[in-house]
Amino acid sequence: MALTLKGVTKRVGNAVHIHPTDLTFETGSFNILLGSTLAGKTTLMQLMAGLERPLEGEVWFDGKNVTGMPVQKRNVSMVYQQFINYPNMTVFENIASPLRVARAPEVTIRERVCTMAELLRLTPMLDRLPGALSGGQQQRTAIARALVKDADLVLLDEPLANLDFKLREELRDELPRLFADRNCIVVYATTEPTEALLFGGNTATLFEGSVTQFGPTRQIYRKPNSLLSAEVFSDPPINVMACEKKGDHFEDADGARWTAKGTAAGLSDGPYTLAIRPHFVTPAATGADPVPVSGRVLVTELSGSESIIHFARGGQTWVSQSHGIHAFEVGSEAHLHADFSQALYFAPDGSFAAAGATQS
Amino acid sequence: MAKITLDDLRHAYVPNPAGPDDYALKQLDVSFEDGGAYALLGPSGCGKTTLLNIISGLLAPSHGKVLFDGEDVTGLAPDQRHIAQVFQFPVVYDTMSVYDNLAFPLRNRGVAEADVDKKVREIAAMIDLEETLQNRASGLTADGKQKISLGRGLVRDDVNVIMFDEPLTVIDPHLKWQLRSKLKELHQRVKRTMIYVTHDQTEALTFADKVVVMNVGQVVQIGTPVELFETPSHEFVGHFIGSPGMNILDCEVRGGKAFFQGQEVEAANAGAVKVSDSGPLRLGVRPEFVSLADSGIEAEVVKVSDSGRYQIVETRVGDAPVKLLVNEGVEIPTGKTALSFRADRTRIYRDGWLVASGETR
Amino acid sequence: MNKLQNNKAWLFVLPVFALVAFNAIIPLMTVVNYSVQETFGNNEFFWAGVMWFEEILNSERFHASLGRQAIFTASILAIEMPLGVAIALTMPRKGPWVSVCLVLMALPLLIPWNVVGAMWNIFALPDIGFLGYTLNSLGIDFNFTRQPEDAWFTLILMDVWHWTSLVVLLAYAGLSSIPDAYYQAAKIDGAGSWAIFRYIQLPKLRRVLTIAFLLRFMDSFMIYTEPFVLTGGGPGNSTTLLSIDLVKIALGQFDLGPAAAMSLIYFLIILLLSWVFYTVMTRNEEQ
Repeated sequence: MALTLKGVTKRVGNAVHIHPTDLTFETGSFNILLGSTLAGKTTLMQLMAGLERPLEGEVWFDGKNVTGMPVQKRNVSMVYQQFINYPNMTVFENIASPLRVARAPEVTIRERVCTMAELLRLTPMLDRLPGALSGGQQQRTAIARALVKDADLVLLDEPLANLDFKLREELRDELPRLFADRNCIVVYATTEPTEALLFGGNTATLFEGSVTQFGPTRQIYRKPNSLLSAEVFSDPPINVMACEKKGDHFEDADGARWTAKGTAAGLSDGPYTLAIRPHFVTPAATGADPVPVSGRVLVTELSGSESIIHFARGGQTWVSQSHGIHAFEVGSEAHLHADFSQALYFAPDGSFAAAGATQS
Repeated sequence: MAKITLDDLRHAYVPNPAGPDDYALKQLDVSFEDGGAYALLGPSGCGKTTLLNIISGLLAPSHGKVLFDGEDVTGLAPDQRHIAQVFQFPVVYDTMSVYDNLAFPLRNRGVAEADVDKKVREIAAMIDLEETLQNRASGLTADGKQKISLGRGLVRDDVNVIMFDEPLTVIDPHLKWQLRSKLKELHQRVKRTMIYVTHDQTEALTFADKVVVMNVGQVVQIGTPVELFETPSHEFVGHFIGSPGMNILDCEVRGGKAFFQGQEVEAANAGAVKVSDSGPLRLGVRPEFVSLADSGIEAEVVKVSDSGRYQIVETRVGDAPVKLLVNEGVEIPTGKTALSFRADRTRIYRDGWLVASGETR
Repeated sequence: MNKLQNNKAWLFVLPVFALVAFNAIIPLMTVVNYSVQETFGNNEFFWAGVMWFEEILNSERFHASLGRQAIFTASILAIEMPLGVAIALTMPRKGPWVSVCLVLMALPLLIPWNVVGAMWNIFALPDIGFLGYTLNSLGIDFNFTRQPEDAWFTLILMDVWHWTSLVVLLAYAGLSSIPDAYYQAAKIDGAGSWAIFRYIQLPKLRRVLTIAFLLRFMDSFMIYTEPFVLTGGGPGNSTTLLSIDLVKIALGQFDLGPAAAMSLIYFLIILLLSWVFYTVMTRNEEQ
């Protein structure tokens, strides 16, 4: 069983919301749509659910073309960013509602609602109305309602975005456990790269209505196929600099030079873009290939356990994220090190060219 | 510019509060120094927004006083207190241009148009809105609108304090970084007192010089980010700050030594624990200060999650879960392993509160 | 947004379609039919072309009633819109008085239209009506059945009493949807109540006021029952508004052709003006 999008597109008026997209999600998989607001995450989900019809292309499910099939006939459940529950029903009735629609026997309803409530720690609140619950509990109720029927496709559209930081952490921990032994396809939309990493599974990076890359989450994080994918999948934003390969070394416009190592050593001469994640830029020289980088300090943020230094380097803002407290005077010149063995090189068209280390 | 003092402040939304539970804010005595960057940090419903509204004058406290530079302003309206506020959802005057939005507070106060122009341009340059000054404010993106809200506070010279009520809620993660560091940069430039309310520890810790941690209407700890991270004075602070939060583990203390799951653990303040005191004893150690070791506390690895920079390793010691952070790329053993807790960062809490070294609480 | 196709969906629309056809399209076609023919009774019809249209458009009688109609609609809009917003602004936003105010406001809207006419007729009678009697006892010579100015005064007062509530309720709903943060920000920016109204409340009310304006325009332009009961179009023809005139021609004189042509012209005027107002009022919205 699998969900397949074959060349689907979506337009509203003249605005393209989704460029031709092909994606396949397997049963039992946890899939993340990662991208900023308006990247097309919600539209893509609506196409999957059958809430919207694609302009072109087809949606296939379990070997059948379901492109025109309305959402009521598909076995789909959905959780939204807003906490959506029936306000005048108790938590129990809220969770039971999909089963009631399906005319399940009372015994089954009771049993499954109680199991769900137990899993989501809602048992003490079953008799209460959603309005009397905290945000976290309301969203748990919505999640329980989505999971109580055995949906083939579960769509979660930024379900944790409206929750407090700590509650987010808690639910992030619980969610993968809930899906662990279910036979369904989970699709989870988020704007936060860290969230994608913690869930694992597969990730599709979205940018302005196009999927830039799809594959196992960690692989996409470590081996992005393009600068766009790397930028979408980086929090804080990945540092970039234009450089040129000349023989056995690279040079940038400011005259900095460093030896080409790893697979980058095999690149032909010409212009490239180097990208490196902020935590590989540190005050101390660390890693396999530390290269000095410096710039004028714009602002430093000290969070108690780590230092985040924003500095201007060659017309770009760079960010360094490191352990410990490293105070820098604003406006002063900071001399830091970047571990270029972790650098990624991209060709002028944005596609991945090489890495600063020999990748396994 | 002013020093803000909250004197014996309390607030209840119900007319005749009977017990402490009726108070949304319990007993508060806090001072905000002139020119400081402060954060009020706590979960939803901890009273931080109530406190913010009391300082700005949008809400009158049921008890106590608010002083600006020693002067009682409790009865004054927001515009008489000379404060500025940036709200959770951007507030801009839709029909006006960006320029008119920034000029609005000055024009309302009858400032001469030449001075208005000078000030508006100065501030627009500071918040990177020079290019869009003539655009309609309603057409801007969320981060642009938040900058306008902030700008309306910055144009006024008489502002005592600028307050932020979860200003990054509607901003995308990528832009959050930019706007957040922009706020920090602006604070360092203009040196106005700023108070930033949030439930997000990262925002609070990176923005503020001092963080006021609140829980159920009470201030739990006031300190620099380093103090909150390294020596949380209450289990709540340990749990709430840090991601994942501090490991909080049941323990025993015998003869000045701490025991966790029957194994001896060195703790910085174990010697200060008085046997005569009552209340449950717990050990607090942050995941950052737990490491894998060849020998030490016996543990079993349960789960490893990859957050990119770190691997969050969940282990089990006896029946207690212990989390630790391990750098990217380090091999994690499966099954049995040993842990070591950094002694000077391992502390004992009684009844939730840190046992003070050398004295009983 | 193009929704999913559902092949059975048109079946559900069929009853409504039939009803609309029966209610609107068939009578409208009948009117069009009458408007281009001449009849001398006996169910005999002769092609008349645009003769009736020319006659109506050139008739002074039509010009006069159209003029009266325009004055009436302009007056009540000029009074009801600002008054409605003003009342909505003074209504409490919270507390037990909210529902009391809302019910009081809704009352005039719940009274059948002919009853409104009859009520005001009695109310304004110079000898026994409370309003008429009071005015006369104050030394003002008031008689709405004899003096055109008095008839107009009563007519407009009645409409304002009857329909301002609609504007109030719409404006109140619009005001209630403005988040508190806007008021708080304005207070902090030192804005006075005029500035708050001008830069926050009015812009945020724009959409509902557009709807209120269009509703009041269309309703008042088509008004029939209340003036018919109150003044019957008199004294003389002084309060004969378009619809009253139309009925006089159609039923009173049984001139089917001119009446049909006038109906269509009337209909087109309303359609055109509504479109113009709507376009003008929503023009600046998406800039």
